[in-house]
Amino acid sequence: MSAVEKMTPAEARLARVTLPEGMGPQRRAALDRLVAMGLPGRRDEYWRWTNPTDLIAPEPVPAAPFADDEPALFDDVERLKIVFRDGVFDAEASDDLALSGIEISRLSEAGDVNWASSLYGTLETAGQTPVERPFAALNTASAEDGLLIRVTGKIETPVNLIYIHESESSDAILHHVVKLEEGAEITVLENGPAGARANIVMEVDVAKTARFHHIRVQGRDHERRMLTGIFARINEGALFKSFTLSSNGALTRNECVLDIVGDDANAHVAGAALGDGKSQPFHHDDTIFITHGAERGESRQVFKKVLKNGAQGIFQGKILVKPGAQKTDGYQISQALLLDEDSQFLAKPELEIYADDVQCSHGSTTGAIDETALFYLRSRGIPTEEATALLVLSFLADAIEEIEQERFRDEIVIRLEGWLARHRG
Amino acid sequence: MLEIKNLHVKLEEEDKQILKGVNLTLEDGKVHAIMGPNGSGKSTLSYVLSGRDGYEVTEGEAHLNGLDLLEAEPEERAAAGLFLAFQYPVEIPGVGNMTFLRTALNSQRKARGEDEISAGDFLKLVRAKAKSLKIDAEMLKRPVNVGFSGGEKKRNEILQMAILEPKMCILDETDSGLDVDAMRLVSEGVNALRDGTRSFLVITHYQRLLDHIKPDYVHIMADGRIIETGGPELALEVEKNGYAALLDKHGIAQEMA
Repeated sequence: MSAVEKMTPAEARLARVTLPEGMGPQRRAALDRLVAMGLPGRRDEYWRWTNPTDLIAPEPVPAAPFADDEPALFDDVERLKIVFRDGVFDAEASDDLALSGIEISRLSEAGDVNWASSLYGTLETAGQTPVERPFAALNTASAEDGLLIRVTGKIETPVNLIYIHESESSDAILHHVVKLEEGAEITVLENGPAGARANIVMEVDVAKTARFHHIRVQGRDHERRMLTGIFARINEGALFKSFTLSSNGALTRNECVLDIVGDDANAHVAGAALGDGKSQPFHHDDTIFITHGAERGESRQVFKKVLKNGAQGIFQGKILVKPGAQKTDGYQISQALLLDEDSQFLAKPELEIYADDVQCSHGSTTGAIDETALFYLRSRGIPTEEATALLVLSFLADAIEEIEQERFRDEIVIRLEGWLARHRG
Repeated sequence: MLEIKNLHVKLEEEDKQILKGVNLTLEDGKVHAIMGPNGSGKSTLSYVLSGRDGYEVTEGEAHLNGLDLLEAEPEERAAAGLFLAFQYPVEIPGVGNMTFLRTALNSQRKARGEDEISAGDFLKLVRAKAKSLKIDAEMLKRPVNVGFSGGEKKRNEILQMAILEPKMCILDETDSGLDVDAMRLVSEGVNALRDGTRSFLVITHYQRLLDHIKPDYVHIMADGRIIETGGPELALEVEKNGYAALLDKHGIAQEMA
């Protein structure tokens, strides 16, 4: 037997890691971190409920792209469009990256002389403690491309990252860095499945009083596998707001590590997931870690999942309040609506508090459709399937409400309705 | 016309007989009131007629204009013209009242083979009906019944009735939780819908609602049956003397009722 054949899948994956040009020291450091911690196994506390095998495998499991006749997302929005096709930048489909008040360059072209070199991998590294996130280190080491975005003013036009999945065997690894200078504001939209397998990391540095809005829709491919990591540092008086819609997907793990480092800052993260395990498995995992390291911080975690036909939902959410982070207001809710008895939701809410004057609450519920409400709707002539769809929208409303801009809320609701229409019965 | 014959109903979960042979015929255009003590089966009757789960019909039948109600799904009963105004209207967060009303109306029209109403026509219809019921336009924008006062919830039920234009309306203790002014508003709404062909079954504990909605017939229900039928004077008699004398007369033990 050759040496390669004796390797475990994790060893084989690590052996294949190549470091693209640019950000050399950061990439080498990330690889060192990765080798030291190793890729995760089922025995790792935060991987007990999500099997990392398909994320570790040297080659992605082939996944067919999903096609339907729904209009493309955010089509009516005036935006800066940046397209990645199977993880590769598509210059022709993208707009000119110049937009006033904002600097955008591609990771693969940035070289080392860039404001981003002091940030690239820095927030990811900070986010490795106290819980290791090996796939994020893998991403920092080996990302082929991504965007480095620096915002200095209040930008009305959203930046829309569009991830197209075309090849059945694509393995997309993208790493973005977003830096909002003091008082700056931007909305970043992300949509699409990215590849058969995707690993997308975004580091976000939100300076004093800056406002970052993030709305993500992870595509409708049934077979794709995706891991994402958001690592944000939120300074004094700043706002970080992120919403994710996931419908379909064989495997999704969305990690979000938010660090409140300045007083009076806000960190809001929300998600709506819809899973139908009928033709393909559906496994969706939200793993959130919010650290309050300053006073009067406010954080919200609002996660809702609708599951049917054996779909699985996972929520691991933590609020850590450090000593001295007084007057912290932390809120966390995770809820699942199970549309049948085959589906499953597992939740692990965690609070760790080292300050004495704080307010933190968490709740988690799992339930079925409310029979009284269903009867009420049917008694008005609305057929069961349509009534159920209305109640699903009702269930998800709290998460959708977390999106500040109404026009994006409406787009998300249209997507939800489309999914519900396709997954009746 | 609604015809109920010898209706026997028990709870599915426990072996408890609630209705023990209800006979009732409601002609078009008439208002029938059903009064009775707690636990007499009044609300069960309204739920069984509108198709709520949890009840088992062990005997008897119910027809609305020829439709076998007990065989039909709740939405089919609604499309055939049956409407139940709930005692406790359900709150549905995240679903706008307008969306709800329009979905309901269009579902019924579709079931009857009619065209869906256009958005413009619907808006006009709702605004006109809401105005006549003194319902604030703001209330229409809010999620279904969420944050509504007791009176607003009941008025919202009557608004649905006005928009869906059912043939047969059942009002399940619509007066419960209403103050005098709210009761008058709701009653005016109901009276405005009395058009000589639409029928009403008004279920209530108290005679006072019947001062506002004048019934053609009053039935007293106890122990799962209708034990007395009369005109509006029967309600006044109950108001004055209570149910005890009537129950005694029919040999029904008070604790059962």
